[in-house]
Amino acid sequence: MGQVYRRMQRYSLLNVLKAAPRANTGWGPAWRTPGLQRSYDVVVIGGGGHGLATAYFLAKKHGVRQVALLERGHIGQGNSGRNTQVTRSNYFYPVSSSFFDHSLKLYEGLGRELNFNVMLRQGGQINLAHTLHDLEVMRRWANAIRMNGVDAEMLSEADIRKLVPILNMKSRYPILGGLIQRRAGISRHDAVVWGFARGASAHGVDLIQGCEVTGFRKSGDRVTAVETSQGAINCDRVCMSVSNQSSVLAGLAGFTLPITTMTLQAMVTEPIKPILDPCVISGSIHAYVSQSDRGEIVIGGAADVYNSYRQRGSLAVTRGVLAAVLELFPSLSRLKIMRQWAGAVDITPDTSPIMGLTPLRNLYINCGWGTGGYKAIPAGGDTMAQTIVQDKPHPLIGAFDLARFERGALVDEGAASGVAH
Amino acid sequence: MRAPGPYRLKARADAAPVEFRFDGRVVRGIEGDTVASALLANNFRVVSRSFKFHRPRGIFSAGVEEPNAIVQLHSGSHTIPCARATLVPLSSGLEVSSEAGWPNVSFDMLRAIDFMHSVFAAGFYNKTFMWPNWHVYEPFIRKLAGFGRAPTGPDPDRYETWHAHCDVLVVGGGRAGIKAARTAAADGQRVILVEQDDYFRGDASSLANLENVRVLPRTAAVGYYDHDLVTLAQTATGGGALRPRERLWLVRAGRVILATGAIEQPLIFSNNDRPGIMLAGAALKYLRRHAIAPGRQVVVATNNDSAYTVARELRRAGVNITAIADSRECPPDELMREMMALEIGVHAHCLPVDTKGFGALRQVTIGTLGSDNNIRSIRKIACDALLVSGGWSPTLHLFAQAGGKLRFSELSRTLEPVADHPKIEIVGSAARASPGEFGKRLSPVCNTARQWVDLRHDVTVSDIELSVRENFTAVEHIKRYTTLGMSVDQGKVGQAPGIEVIARTRGILPSALGHTTFRPPFVPATLGTLVGRSVGELYAPYRRSLLYTVQASAGALFEDFGEWQRPAAFPRAGESRGQAMTREVKQVRSGVGLHDASPLGKIELIGPDALEFADRFYINNLKTLKPGRARYGIMLRETGIIFDDGTVVSLDEDRVLLTTTSSGAGRVAQWLEEWRQCEWPNTRVVVVPVTDQWATVAVTGQHARAILDRLKPECDLSNEAFPHLSFRATRLLGHEARIYRVSFSGELTYEINVPAHKGSELWAALLEEGRSFGIAAFGVDALLHMRMEKGFIHVGADTDGTTLPDDVGFGKPAASKQTHYIGKRSLSLPEHVRPDRLQLVGLTGGGATPLPVGSHLRLAHSGDATDGWITSAGALSVDGTPVAMAMLRAGRSQMDQIVTVHDGGQIVTTARVVAPLFYDPTGARMNA
Amino acid sequence: MLNIPCPYCGPRDETEFTYGGPSHVTRPELKSTDLEWTHYLYHRENTKGPYRERWLHSFGCGRWFNVLRDTTTHEILKVYLMGEPGQSIESVR
Repeated sequence: MGQVYRRMQRYSLLNVLKAAPRANTGWGPAWRTPGLQRSYDVVVIGGGGHGLATAYFLAKKHGVRQVALLERGHIGQGNSGRNTQVTRSNYFYPVSSSFFDHSLKLYEGLGRELNFNVMLRQGGQINLAHTLHDLEVMRRWANAIRMNGVDAEMLSEADIRKLVPILNMKSRYPILGGLIQRRAGISRHDAVVWGFARGASAHGVDLIQGCEVTGFRKSGDRVTAVETSQGAINCDRVCMSVSNQSSVLAGLAGFTLPITTMTLQAMVTEPIKPILDPCVISGSIHAYVSQSDRGEIVIGGAADVYNSYRQRGSLAVTRGVLAAVLELFPSLSRLKIMRQWAGAVDITPDTSPIMGLTPLRNLYINCGWGTGGYKAIPAGGDTMAQTIVQDKPHPLIGAFDLARFERGALVDEGAASGVAH
Repeated sequence: MRAPGPYRLKARADAAPVEFRFDGRVVRGIEGDTVASALLANNFRVVSRSFKFHRPRGIFSAGVEEPNAIVQLHSGSHTIPCARATLVPLSSGLEVSSEAGWPNVSFDMLRAIDFMHSVFAAGFYNKTFMWPNWHVYEPFIRKLAGFGRAPTGPDPDRYETWHAHCDVLVVGGGRAGIKAARTAAADGQRVILVEQDDYFRGDASSLANLENVRVLPRTAAVGYYDHDLVTLAQTATGGGALRPRERLWLVRAGRVILATGAIEQPLIFSNNDRPGIMLAGAALKYLRRHAIAPGRQVVVATNNDSAYTVARELRRAGVNITAIADSRECPPDELMREMMALEIGVHAHCLPVDTKGFGALRQVTIGTLGSDNNIRSIRKIACDALLVSGGWSPTLHLFAQAGGKLRFSELSRTLEPVADHPKIEIVGSAARASPGEFGKRLSPVCNTARQWVDLRHDVTVSDIELSVRENFTAVEHIKRYTTLGMSVDQGKVGQAPGIEVIARTRGILPSALGHTTFRPPFVPATLGTLVGRSVGELYAPYRRSLLYTVQASAGALFEDFGEWQRPAAFPRAGESRGQAMTREVKQVRSGVGLHDASPLGKIELIGPDALEFADRFYINNLKTLKPGRARYGIMLRETGIIFDDGTVVSLDEDRVLLTTTSSGAGRVAQWLEEWRQCEWPNTRVVVVPVTDQWATVAVTGQHARAILDRLKPECDLSNEAFPHLSFRATRLLGHEARIYRVSFSGELTYEINVPAHKGSELWAALLEEGRSFGIAAFGVDALLHMRMEKGFIHVGADTDGTTLPDDVGFGKPAASKQTHYIGKRSLSLPEHVRPDRLQLVGLTGGGATPLPVGSHLRLAHSGDATDGWITSAGALSVDGTPVAMAMLRAGRSQMDQIVTVHDGGQIVTTARVVAPLFYDPTGARMNA
Repeated sequence: MLNIPCPYCGPRDETEFTYGGPSHVTRPELKSTDLEWTHYLYHRENTKGPYRERWLHSFGCGRWFNVLRDTTTHEILKVYLMGEPGQSIESVR
């Protein structure tokens, strides 16, 4: 194909201005399209945010020379390319807090790290409380976050009224107060994916698209090679970082996972002038709402109810989420849904991810992110890269090991935040 | 001298004038106009600005595919942003405003960006705005984005939802659709025919008269879902306070016929976005329906036959067509001859290459594209209207939404089905693209930065080239990188040329390219319409006990507890909720109170195996429970986690009553039924939820017995005959009644159950008989406070989704029960037997500082971020001491230790760890 | 939105039903190891393709029944009563 590899061109206003008079012909590929080698040190399966971030950190932070990232479609076309972009770290358990705040801190410097504008907008995220009981549980949660050294604040009814003027305070479930994490916000999912891809490629990672893993060759309890639609690849270590294919891949490798795959929907309205500053979410009125920098109101809810790999949402769930949105924001009723999409997410029994070692000694796994994987991308990549290199779980992910289910040691964030059990 | 631009030909004599406002100016249209046709008739050439470069834009089409004429309607709470002027019927007094332009749409200062368009090419924001921080630029960019304005208040209109079933759903009221509907109807099938416009091309009224046919005009098919469910958005007309503005139909169809027609595609050439450039088919529609001419000097540019019909009819109506440019080398002879007869010059083998005109079109340059990709025979033609026709793309969105696969065909130059769909038939022009041959659609590669593929989002050919240059080559990547097709028009116009541009840039055949996924909605759908009537009062039901009214009149302050609206307290004049609770607690502890316990779940198990069945669900041993006796029970999930609690009462040998928490009733009933049906189908028991069948009133306090006695129940109320934790079936006030002695508050309590409709009678009778004892109603807050003083757990407050029986002090019964129960096996898992688990303890505070619920605790030599938290708290009713229940790390071995209490990032007080029992430790009061 | 053919009531919209996860999950003996027991509690086949699952017609007859449904196309291949042995894709063809 004759694509010439260049050293990563620096993105900057100056270079943008320089490129303009030449009709932007001076820009080169954001990542290389290399041929597939027959052997690598590490093979990362999955070209979503987590896989790309892992490959990036392997090459950049740990100097691993021969890394291949295999993606069966195109990079970022799975859930990394479909989510509602919420970026936050307001988690209950110390183990979750540490991990997600590490990720948020990485997000805060990510644009500079990758030299790619990820557009992190830290407008805050507000969780709403509708009863006295909600307020009590929320206070427990707010304090848990603070005890973990992360920012969180309880808000009064008056505070919320000021921050979100279009919110219906007297809805069927009146709003009595809430919890805010001010450092939370939204960022641009495509930019995060492309930024990591560009960075990984520049540091020597071979991004191989259109390459589907069809099996694993093993010798005892080690993987010796990965079988793909483009032939077999010998490798020293393998990392599985896929969404909604984890059970399939684990099956090929010979073990099962505590995962259920379900559909998650999201949608946006037509773009309008800014009316909503923070992200707003209610656990009782199941919806979360934010406004993008393009002006679209972005809407999401809980996952659909039954097992599915179809990536098309049920109309019943769509209507339920929109009813919840109108309950909170009645003035949005006359806006129109412009675009709607869905992905398939992997739900674990405790809604915490599965990261680290597997029954195969040189196969590492990163999966089970359910509805919350996007915000974890930088930390996911960072911790998995170290885990792979040191062949032991990074300290931040020890509690998320696959074996925790055997011990009954679930890290149940949903349960802790008072959701019905 | 007549101004250039569109104008109205001689209107119909009987056409009534309609006045409306556009950007504040009064404009006159006629009855039957759309906003777009009225604007055209009044020579409004510029109606909006493009998203990025703020270039002037004119009306481009006559339908749903309109990318430019996006306007704001009405104002205030009525306002509707992003309305398509081509679809909005004109009505008297309608307020319309363009959504862009600063200061106004005709003169927009932000067009300055256009002069630096290379800087603002696709993806420029990826490469810059990083230093020092995105936060610096973001507020400004955020303000620039978005065109329309949201309404300022709640929606004044209402929306409805209809469900329908049919054998055949026909989408599209053109000739093919009507024919298909007629055929199916004649065959006896139930037919629904929908058309998004308000007129049909054919005799729909005789169809509508058939009994088995339903005809819906102004109804767009919006989404195709699993198992052939199709959503329709119907726009209602006519006034009336209760008429909905829009209606959502959910149609389950046996099969679907798509007669959805085709959308005309443009030609791609430099400066193909100027106001005055319009789709040829749209110009024809404006002529036929609204008697509008597109301009005074009209040029037609085409690559297919269909534009000739347009030229012919416009000419016959008296419009000046100066030339036709046909990109085909040899257009059909008969068409050439016909145009000659009409004195319209045809330039064969020519396509537009550029246009001129700062505010609006005034000149087009056409030329011949040679095989060497050079332009020859250049001709400049003055014009104020350029009608373009690049061929037709069948509207197959619903087919694709249904899972049908499409692929670009080099023959038809558009996306086509790869295979049939078992439930969908495609007819009419949706089934085959325009007949005849096609010429070139894309102008040669020059100044691609000024060749628009997505008019709304300002995506040009050069953006696609840049995208591919940077290795974003997949269709999905190109779409996201350039934002092609992601605006309000959803990329309907420009889809086929867009694919050809991508393919050309990548050097592959268009058929080798994929396409982006088609998803609902086919056209943007109003949120209100999708939701329907589930708004306001109807969003979620208020679940209320039959005693609601009588409690409301007693001044109850209601709150949602689980699913139910229950009185939190009964504040008197000047009392806060907290003060009311304190008074009510004192009242009950010192005298007597009345409480509506109807919402607590009640489930009967009936059958010879009832008790044995119940025993499988609780950690407590129930096999020894005798008729007339009650026992407290905790229910677990299979994971060992506490699921619910309540009392188990043996009503009879083969009849057991379980009570649950008020929010647990439904879950527990379903849980019991699931095991019964799926795991133990041979168990002789039925599960009967009876929560709503019985009203439950609790009379609580030392005078309870005396008051109940006055109602003369037919049973012995003495403590020997009717001890605590027992049950009597009796009669009261002339009805059957069930009386239970159970106590959550720690006081002597009779929970009296009567048939639900007798509840208020019982309540009134107890109030009456208790008057001399000073009886008063008390709410849930008071009850929860009193049980906290007794150390009784409140599932959902003291427990969460991780709590095990041993954590809250029930480890012994759970371990000692010999027979198996659900959850038992999980209790011995390693994590579940750790000594450092959080355990239920009591806390007493120092001084008067209250212990906040939700505050966290730390032990003296703790190495952890937190050692637990307070789950329930209050001021002790006897002396005001702050007390609490809390979950504390290895709590039971921390007795007498001092913990620090943390709230809001600070230490607010300290507390001593004690046993969780602050009132009447021996239980003398409830056993009295 | 699925149209689920309840074996007792006929085809109804999915909003009338409650989902019950996979069918035919065998509970191990009480004397099982922690590994076996937690495997039963938490691990799932999570099939991509024909999947045997349970549904409850909550707003209808209140009965549980089994469904063989393809999780990639949502096509309902077979419906059978609770207690009947598991159906496979071969039995449908």
